[in-house]
Amino acid sequence: MLEAVALARPPMLEAVTLALQPGTLNGVIGPNGAGKTTLLKALAGLSGGPGQLLLDGKPFAPHPRRLAWLPASREAVWPMTAAALVALGLGPGAPPDPAAVSAALGACDAATLAGRPVSQLSTGERARVLLARALVARPGWLLLDEPIANLDPGHRLDVLALLRAEAARGAGVVLALHDLDLAARCDRLLLIDRGRLVADGPPAQVLSSANLADVFGVARGDGGWQRC
Amino acid sequence: MKLALALLCLALALVSLAIGPVDLVAIHARDPDLARSLLLELRLPRAGLALAIGAGLGGAGAATQALLRNPLASPDVLGPSTGAALGAVLAGYFLGAGVIGMAAGGIIGALAALLLLLALAGAGAGSTRLVLAGVAVATLLGVAINLALGLAPSPFALYDLMTWLMGSLADRTLPQLLLAAPLILAGLALLVRAAPALDALALGEEVAQSLGIATASLNRRIIIAVALATGAGVAVAGSIGFIGLVVPHIVRPRVGHRPGAAILPAALAGAALLTAADIAVRLLPLDLKLGVLTALLGAPFFLWLILKGR
Repeated sequence: MLEAVALARPPMLEAVTLALQPGTLNGVIGPNGAGKTTLLKALAGLSGGPGQLLLDGKPFAPHPRRLAWLPASREAVWPMTAAALVALGLGPGAPPDPAAVSAALGACDAATLAGRPVSQLSTGERARVLLARALVARPGWLLLDEPIANLDPGHRLDVLALLRAEAARGAGVVLALHDLDLAARCDRLLLIDRGRLVADGPPAQVLSSANLADVFGVARGDGGWQRC
Repeated sequence: MKLALALLCLALALVSLAIGPVDLVAIHARDPDLARSLLLELRLPRAGLALAIGAGLGGAGAATQALLRNPLASPDVLGPSTGAALGAVLAGYFLGAGVIGMAAGGIIGALAALLLLLALAGAGAGSTRLVLAGVAVATLLGVAINLALGLAPSPFALYDLMTWLMGSLADRTLPQLLLAAPLILAGLALLVRAAPALDALALGEEVAQSLGIATASLNRRIIIAVALATGAGVAVAGSIGFIGLVVPHIVRPRVGHRPGAAILPAALAGAALLTAADIAVRLLPLDLKLGVLTALLGAPFFLWLILKGR
């Protein structure tokens, strides 16, 4: 269980107290600038500030097998191969594990990219390789900032299915996303608006017409989503 | 590759020991003691310093590029080499210290530059803030060197100062080697130990933190190690540019572009390159300074990198 106790990152995020369960798929939604990334980073133990982060009752300490963080940035400085980049996710000083690297690349439909320099991949391809990097150590928790943002519709569904499978093996998954149709497939949604957690619960409850109109200014009409 | 580079270093060091203005074999036949002291007191310091300083510059260059995640970074951008030059100049020309005093002044200068950098950047600084602070420190210290040149006590002192700043390994002594080499090797050992963490830093500071790396402390350790690996060398030999910038680019593709894994090969390649350059300086008919030759070779390579990346 990953617990946030009065976790706050002023001025971007007001105090949040919540407990996330392993084996579940949790979506973080909200408008641009609402504080989704700030919340995810705080839940990943990456930023200092008031409040406490507890993993299974103990103060959180980072480790590759415990929690993986995937930032929204898709940049890669060095032109190393996709396989070499994914291997870095095993952690510094970890013994090489080619089987885990090919399994992670395969799970992200990136097996054919293994030998290519990441600098030559498209943004969407690189997004899948970077996701494989986050998965390679089979961490207990996956904190993913917009993992499907750069992907085509097919790969979006694939990645969501993959994250569902990760949850099924017992991992806790927390992802920020903007696609409300896919958000509806999560087990639990956290709705963030202007630095506050305004709704938390099953998608059917969080994605209510009132919430969507208040927070996003949209409504579902006959021809799909519309401004309201 | 590491073994091949180490053998190349050994071969070049032997060549460096063998060449000089006099024929050691002929002298040995007449006066073995003189030959031995020539070898130990003149040629060994020169060959040893070329290896050590080249290794320090190459390894520190690879580590700086890895730390700042910027292939165009070099130890010069963090300021310790400029600090070392200023410290040596101040010690040598205004305090009247000898060669050992200059080396000590250089090391103090490198450490002072470093402390200034850490104070400016602040605790827990990220790599962008470090670069900005480093550029500021290097510029400030560069101006201070120019000021020191302007205040040189005599035209001869000014000439000596200019010549020293160009970088050379001529007429260095055994005590200088014994002072600089352990410091450079200590710096390199710290850098090589940090190699896996620097590889992980390729994923960005946040991801490195999530993999359990304390990035603020890593930044500090690398800066101290870079100051040791470059500062002691500059203090003894003057400014030798471009080795730290160029060598990592030659070796990194051969270690799969892993920035940390490139540190040890870059140190070996830097040692080989500087020893070769120091041999070339002695064989060329012109009186070319070592630092001038490395810049002459390095600057076109740098331009080629820019053109290739365009």
